[in-house]
Amino acid sequence: MKIVILGAGQVGSTVAESLVSEANDITVVDLDGERLRHLADHLDLRTVEGNGAHPSILRAAGAEDADLILAVTQSDQTNMVACKLAATMFRVPTRIARIRSSDYLGHEEVFAPENFAIDVTICPEQIVTEYISKLIEFPESLQVVDFANGRVRLVAVKAFTGGPLVGRPLSEIRQHIPDVDSRVAAIFRHDAPLIPTGDTVIEHGDEVFFLAAKEHIRTVMRELRRMDRPVKRVMIAGGGNIGSRLALALESTYQVKLIEVNKRAGDRLSRELNSTLILIGDSTDEELLETEHVGEMDVFCALTNDDENNIMSSLLAKRMGARRVITLINRSAYVDLVHGGQIDIAISPANTTIGALLTHVRRGDCAAVHSLRRGAAEALEIIAHGDARSSKVVGKRVEDIGLPKGATIAAIVRRRVPLADDEIACAIGADDDVIIAHHDTVIEKNDHVIVFAVSKQLVPKIEKLFAVGVGFL
Amino acid sequence: MARLRSPDFTASELQRNLSVVNALGVVTLIFGGTMAFPLAISWWLQDGATLAYDVAILVTCATGGIAWLATNRYRRELEVRDAFLLVVLVWTVLPAFATLPLLRAIDGLTFTDAYFETISGITTTGATVLTGLEQLPVSINVWRTQLVWMGGMGLIVLAVAVLPLLGVGGRQLFKAETPGPMKESKLTPRLAETAKGLWLVYALLSAACMLAYWLAGMKPLDAMMHMFATMGLGGFSSYDASYGEFDSVAIEVVAIVFMLAAGLNFATHFSAFRGHSLAPYRRDQEAKLFLIVTVGSGVGLAVYLWWLAVYPDLGTALRFAMFNTVSIATTTGFSSTDYAQWPMFAGLWMLFLSSFSTSAGSTGGGIKMVRAAILYQQVYREFVRILHPSAYTQVKFGGSVVPNAIVFAVLAFLFVYIAIIVSLTLVMVASGLDVLTAFSAVVACVNNTGPGLGEVGPSSNYQSLTDFQTWICTFAMLLGRLELFTLLIVFTPVFWRK
Repeated sequence: MKIVILGAGQVGSTVAESLVSEANDITVVDLDGERLRHLADHLDLRTVEGNGAHPSILRAAGAEDADLILAVTQSDQTNMVACKLAATMFRVPTRIARIRSSDYLGHEEVFAPENFAIDVTICPEQIVTEYISKLIEFPESLQVVDFANGRVRLVAVKAFTGGPLVGRPLSEIRQHIPDVDSRVAAIFRHDAPLIPTGDTVIEHGDEVFFLAAKEHIRTVMRELRRMDRPVKRVMIAGGGNIGSRLALALESTYQVKLIEVNKRAGDRLSRELNSTLILIGDSTDEELLETEHVGEMDVFCALTNDDENNIMSSLLAKRMGARRVITLINRSAYVDLVHGGQIDIAISPANTTIGALLTHVRRGDCAAVHSLRRGAAEALEIIAHGDARSSKVVGKRVEDIGLPKGATIAAIVRRRVPLADDEIACAIGADDDVIIAHHDTVIEKNDHVIVFAVSKQLVPKIEKLFAVGVGFL
Repeated sequence: MARLRSPDFTASELQRNLSVVNALGVVTLIFGGTMAFPLAISWWLQDGATLAYDVAILVTCATGGIAWLATNRYRRELEVRDAFLLVVLVWTVLPAFATLPLLRAIDGLTFTDAYFETISGITTTGATVLTGLEQLPVSINVWRTQLVWMGGMGLIVLAVAVLPLLGVGGRQLFKAETPGPMKESKLTPRLAETAKGLWLVYALLSAACMLAYWLAGMKPLDAMMHMFATMGLGGFSSYDASYGEFDSVAIEVVAIVFMLAAGLNFATHFSAFRGHSLAPYRRDQEAKLFLIVTVGSGVGLAVYLWWLAVYPDLGTALRFAMFNTVSIATTTGFSSTDYAQWPMFAGLWMLFLSSFSTSAGSTGGGIKMVRAAILYQQVYREFVRILHPSAYTQVKFGGSVVPNAIVFAVLAFLFVYIAIIVSLTLVMVASGLDVLTAFSAVVACVNNTGPGLGEVGPSSNYQSLTDFQTWICTFAMLLGRLELFTLLIVFTPVFWRK
């Protein structure tokens, strides 16, 4: 695929890196030549220096025969204008823009084809915020991701002695919770993947990925570990874009304290937030944490822009008694370093957001892509097109599909009302069926199939499997 | 040198004041014109007061006209200081002219009492020194209530709406007269348009109110007079028994609805009217608080009265409690029964409500709900600061931050408000009144409510006060209507210093 990426910031470079490895032709546009040189030095891509909202620069970047434009500069306005130009001057088929201002996002019509012509808007800060919100809702989990518009959730949880299923074979789960249909998609033991079968015994310390309907998550989790008391108090360090959004999302449900170092930012925060207690000070200041009772916090989130600061304040908070600490870390090298040690969850914003972008870049028709285990594994929601003749999956039982080793079909979401022949849109509604996949489940046309891949390298093979053969369309 | 410059300087000072007189002249001239309305009523009904207006109109218009023409050469843009002076003059001089019809039509009325009556009307207080209202010429009652209606939206706002000549200085005038802590919000780019819009909405609501009264069973003239008093939240009636005279649930319901409507910010009414939507009401935090507090108190007092067996059944208790609570809380001052007979708590609570319930930009008095909310939040903020020394808090109202400057202004306002009430109460007590009468009279006057408790309670009126006490009350009403600072500033040395 020929892809033009506008903006070589954090989001832009991570996407570029991820897409280059999947054999795409990437051109990156940015105003900052230094940044572009750095990118071109270690990735196989083309760079163009200039303003992405100018037609000449877009032409130079090869917008004329691009398949996709990804406008992820810092400026909403630049991204919007670039998409409009890409649509009217260069007829780029798919246009994705990063839009951060909720002022724009509140008005869908702004992005309509006759206006700014943006197919998909993404807001990385919002995605990270939602991601953390879910972790706070399920404080025992390591990761929670949605499929089928939130009908199905994939949850990563660490198994602990005390959970009824720990030390027992997986097949017993049916007897433990007969009314709940769930599926363990993968188990990681000492960071090595295990493909679960009915005989697999869950051990203390295993990282278990299971899939279940939204309302059953807690029941399944209770099988794997003792549940903590629900979260009541949350402390957030850093009142930047993510910190303030998170505080706003949480403040009506939890008691939220927000630490911000900059007094000017405090002014902005107090405008945006209502019941959150805003504290001015350094989040690594032991005294401040002490007076604000960090030890009684159920969750401590370090969300400043500074990785080192986040790590230090998290470690401090943990030592002072915070039950669970979540740390935002930009540098990928650090993420693996600290995750799972003193720090319960390390979040890389790039890894979290990349899924939303990859969804639209993949060759197969993906409805959702989620990066798991800090980018090592991946879960996809792919739509099965074609029929028994043209497709390698439609009409087949799950056990007969030649999935690569390490990939599992975890669930299927099936439309209750079959699609008309000319209908292509495949949005999942609230009344569609969620089928937890078993070995004899048969996949039908237009099913949304949720596939778990223990390693990213498997993804192209999975996509190929779902690709419709020649003759279709 | 100093000697040479000095006369020059005085001349310019005089010129400045003359330009204020010039503007005052125009406003007086127009005000004289508004007397034509009761004149027409009087002439039509032949109530015997026609002569009273002839002279009054002549005197008022002639004085205003001469003052205007004589000072026309000094006409210029008004500055901040001039604006305050003009507003104070308008609110003191016009009521003096307004006494002319009363003095001529009512035998034995002293100027003190007549001035009290017109100030009470124009400041929308509704306290009266007159008894036997039924026996007065109808047009006199029309004139009394008409004063309430004009004073409700504001004389200056009216002048700005009809007179383009006030120009830029008009903005200062507007701010000096409009009640509320935050006066910068402009509804329309042009001030005159804002003033016109406010008066238009006021007039439309008034028309609806009058129609509703008429449909509920009032005679057309009564409907008009009570509409005037309801929309201005003034509380004058053409009957001594006020709403007790009608003894009609329908009329009381209409009154409650329109008193509540007039207790909202007219800027909100205007936005809703212009946008053809109810969204502005939903966004108006102050309106929500006002309605919750007022209606909630009405229900609460009904239960209280029923529980104490003041009324045999809850329905009757609700009817009387709701009407009188809304009336006093909105600083209107109508009464449908002698609530002074209720347990003392009820009367005091209603008086307390009147000191803060109504919205800024409404026709009501008191310190206004928004100031009360800001004060409450400031107190809360102090508590947070004690518990969390590093906390960063701001006073917020209706989703936006209230700048510290305004918070301090509100604190100063409250201090002056309390100081005024305490000192005027002491003066009244010193002059021989009992504490309850003195306190409630001062509170009812400063809040522009009208009836107090004790000797000035709903079943009696301010007639029993001495001349001195009447003047104190007159001063208190003006203070309340001009929101303390506008009037007080004229008495400060800083104001007159160059």
